[in-house]
Amino acid sequence: MNFQLPDLSPMIPELLMTALALIVLLIDLLIKKKEVIALISMAGVAFVGLTLFGPPGVTFGTMFISDGYSTFFKLIFFINVILSVLISIKYIAVERVNYGEFYSLILFSTIGMMIMASAGDLIVLYLGLELMALSTYVLAGFIRHDIKSNEAALKYFLLGAFSSAFLLYGISIIYGLTGTTDIKAIALFISEKGLAGNLSLLLSVMFFIVAFGFKIAAAPFHMWAPDVYEGAPTSITAFMSVGPKAAGFAVLGRVFMVAFASVKVEWAVILIPLSILTMAVGNIVALSQTNIKRMLAYSSIAHAGYALLGIIAANNEGLASVMNYLMIYAFMNIGAFAVIIMLRSEGFKGDSIYDYEGLSKAHPLAAALMLIFMFSLTGIPPTAGFIGKLYIFMSAINAGYTWLVVVAVIFSAISAYFYLRIVMYMYMKEPKVAVSLTTSPGTDVALGITAIAVILIGVLPSFLLELARTAIKGF
Amino acid sequence: MDQIIMNQLSYPILSTVIFLPVFGALLILLSRRSWELLTKWIALATSIATFLLSIPLLTEFNKSTHKMQFAEKHSWITNWNINYFLGVDGISVLFILLSTLTAILCVLISWEAITKKVKEFYISILLTTSFMIGVFCSLDFFLFYLFWEAMLIPMFLIIGVWGGPNRIYAAIKFFLYTLVGSLLMLVGIIVLYFYAGKTFNILELMTKSYPYTMQVWLFWAFFAAFAVKVPMWPLHTWLPDAHTEAPTAGSVILAAVLIKMGAYGFLRFSLPLFPEASKAMVPAMLTLSVIGIIYGAVICLAQTDLKRLIAYSSVSHMGFVTLGIFALNSQGLEGGILQMLNHGIITGALFLSVGIVYDRTHTRKIADYGGLATVMPIYAAFFMVFTLASVGLPGTNGFIGEFLILLGGFTANKWAGVLACTGIIIGAGYMLWLYQKIFFVSVNPKIVGLPDMDIRETITLVPLILLVFWIGIYPNSFLSFMHVSVQHLMERVNMGGVQEANIAKTIMEVVR
Repeated sequence: MNFQLPDLSPMIPELLMTALALIVLLIDLLIKKKEVIALISMAGVAFVGLTLFGPPGVTFGTMFISDGYSTFFKLIFFINVILSVLISIKYIAVERVNYGEFYSLILFSTIGMMIMASAGDLIVLYLGLELMALSTYVLAGFIRHDIKSNEAALKYFLLGAFSSAFLLYGISIIYGLTGTTDIKAIALFISEKGLAGNLSLLLSVMFFIVAFGFKIAAAPFHMWAPDVYEGAPTSITAFMSVGPKAAGFAVLGRVFMVAFASVKVEWAVILIPLSILTMAVGNIVALSQTNIKRMLAYSSIAHAGYALLGIIAANNEGLASVMNYLMIYAFMNIGAFAVIIMLRSEGFKGDSIYDYEGLSKAHPLAAALMLIFMFSLTGIPPTAGFIGKLYIFMSAINAGYTWLVVVAVIFSAISAYFYLRIVMYMYMKEPKVAVSLTTSPGTDVALGITAIAVILIGVLPSFLLELARTAIKGF
Repeated sequence: MDQIIMNQLSYPILSTVIFLPVFGALLILLSRRSWELLTKWIALATSIATFLLSIPLLTEFNKSTHKMQFAEKHSWITNWNINYFLGVDGISVLFILLSTLTAILCVLISWEAITKKVKEFYISILLTTSFMIGVFCSLDFFLFYLFWEAMLIPMFLIIGVWGGPNRIYAAIKFFLYTLVGSLLMLVGIIVLYFYAGKTFNILELMTKSYPYTMQVWLFWAFFAAFAVKVPMWPLHTWLPDAHTEAPTAGSVILAAVLIKMGAYGFLRFSLPLFPEASKAMVPAMLTLSVIGIIYGAVICLAQTDLKRLIAYSSVSHMGFVTLGIFALNSQGLEGGILQMLNHGIITGALFLSVGIVYDRTHTRKIADYGGLATVMPIYAAFFMVFTLASVGLPGTNGFIGEFLILLGGFTANKWAGVLACTGIIIGAGYMLWLYQKIFFVSVNPKIVGLPDMDIRETITLVPLILLVFWIGIYPNSFLSFMHVSVQHLMERVNMGGVQEANIAKTIMEVVR
């Protein structure tokens, strides 16, 4: 009986990240100043980031895949975690929940996402998903003394558990049908045995859509999002709106484009109404929101709807456009949340859209940055949001879904109203209450990075486009 | 590459003209908020420099070719085959000058009127200018769309922050209307991109021919964007609100340049890209134009608000422009282009004039004025010239443009020409009626003792007066820029209908 250790080199980033998370968990006992822990976390993530671009490889049989696709997503997760930590440092002190576990939980959640992006097997996928989800549930309820935060965690947990059950059910049906949980082997089995029209297979596809739809907050599985986004600590809302969503798209792309490649037509038919519904619910309900976190929750639902268009295109170009979109979304959305966080101060929640009235008068710079992020979320050039949407629309039109893009642009125009409303409040109304900003080096750096990225990608997108395209090669 | 003539000047003139205002905006951004005077001077200096640097476009322009001149081409986003590609021809060159001139006037007229958020205001004005110029010289659809949409941001702020009482409603309406139209055009652009083998290069796209049904679909997709901007009836409803509520400089930019982009879009894209569809849509376009002309004019008769009246007169006058364009003959087209310039000059001047009294009285109600000619005689004289130009009195620029358009309109469709004429008659009615109510009758006690125009205000209006008469008396110095380009456009649209174009040319000679 000799035990042979599998080749660990493809998963060095995950291993290092796990070590980092454990170290952070431990030193929390020794270090009183939580800012130091935040710095160690960020430095650690940045260091691990250097190891991301190793040679591609497959290990643990075919269970773990490190390729361009997974690396690109991991890059999004790393950017997400660094930016989220930057905006958290001061914020969790203001919320009086300045505990070190915060950072290790964020790191564990990120490890979960990384495993999801690299999963070559449905079981590994499930493990990653649970690691990510469980950590995020705790983070959502991190403000223990706030009932809304508790509600958010509980809601997220209950519905999340429900969706995990769907996923497991889907996996078991697939296993029953094909006798394997390996994503590539499933694809092979389905095409060889001509299972394309099989009802159980379609049922399982449906279950996958439900489970992943929950993670990316696609309607009608979006119900949790507004409450959770509103109740969770703001920096975690920022973290959640990007990370788990991107991870959801990563597995959606991998499972549907590889395992279910031969039933493309069938799942596209299901995803099309889903994306329309998602765009409709997100954009229309956002119109009536008065809490900015809730509004951005609906906006994030809507953005999932746009991104689904790239999946529906069902080709590499479409997938590349989704990846590109998620990267851009990470910058612009966290940027917006960074401004929201600055409005939170001792005894002032600052999450009502009316708190933005006249912001440009007292704090012109913050208002100008928010303006950039709002226009980017609308998708107006020369911001990155435009490039993201354009790429998605281009790939969908190239795949023959011109009518769907017309639907998307109409919803996109509707969305302009609620983003503009924030700009309007900031610039065109007089301030009612004096809002003081809680600035910190962390948020300043995060705002700098996000604003520069949003403008730079908007004007010179070549680099990012090339990155996404190279990443998708050989997928 | 024989479609373009690369820039021969010692500096990249188009890029300079586009980005100099951006540079000025950056300087203002970096300057201190309390130094308002410096901000204004930077804005003024930048806009004057931009104007001066744009003059070689006129003097060095080669009128004997339809090719794109002063072209610049650099690769930009290689993954999508996008180039930074600029160039101008006889159709676009004059609009760049119009934009750079307008920028100076806007800065001058706002000198004292804008007192809050001064920094942001001049940044917005300069950025709008830059984007507008960009729209007129882009030869790559991506670049074009970028400028086209980016302009919405500063314009939204100009209307919404510094506008009148109902400014927020107007700003949002303006933004949403134009955004919906633009996004539909974007879909059309992407469809073109893939059909033509992944290129956004406008000149290259023009060399291809597209199936008829596709042309029709794309025509309407582009129509959505351009007709909203023009604005054509029934998509005009944002315009009265936006023009009325915007601050003077905003109204001037909107009237003088921004709404020209719609008509320019028809000329530059719809006609040459979708010639068959354009020809098939002529009846519909002429109908909409004529409705716009008459509807706008009739509505003017019922206005009680000074700016709103001028705004509705824009609907009517822009109806003439689209009538000329879709007459699809050279008089119509040249008349249309000239009338775009004229409308920019006249309506720009009228809004500037209204701004001058508005700064003194802070009311836009016609009823609040009366007898202004006794109080502000110099002002009254200036306003008279612009009123008459707007009516289309021979000797002013308005006459030339409308005359050419009607000539073209008659050739294309007799009834369209006849009906359009009623628009001129009603136009004379409401403009003269307006002039009478404001400047004559008895002196309204509210306006007694208003100071007449000062030097700054006079300087603002003088260039426009000069242009009114210059174009009115010797239009050829402007029309000569267009001949070859319009001829080329006609050939592209008619494809074998060259003979007709020649006949039209003969008629033109006779007319002159």
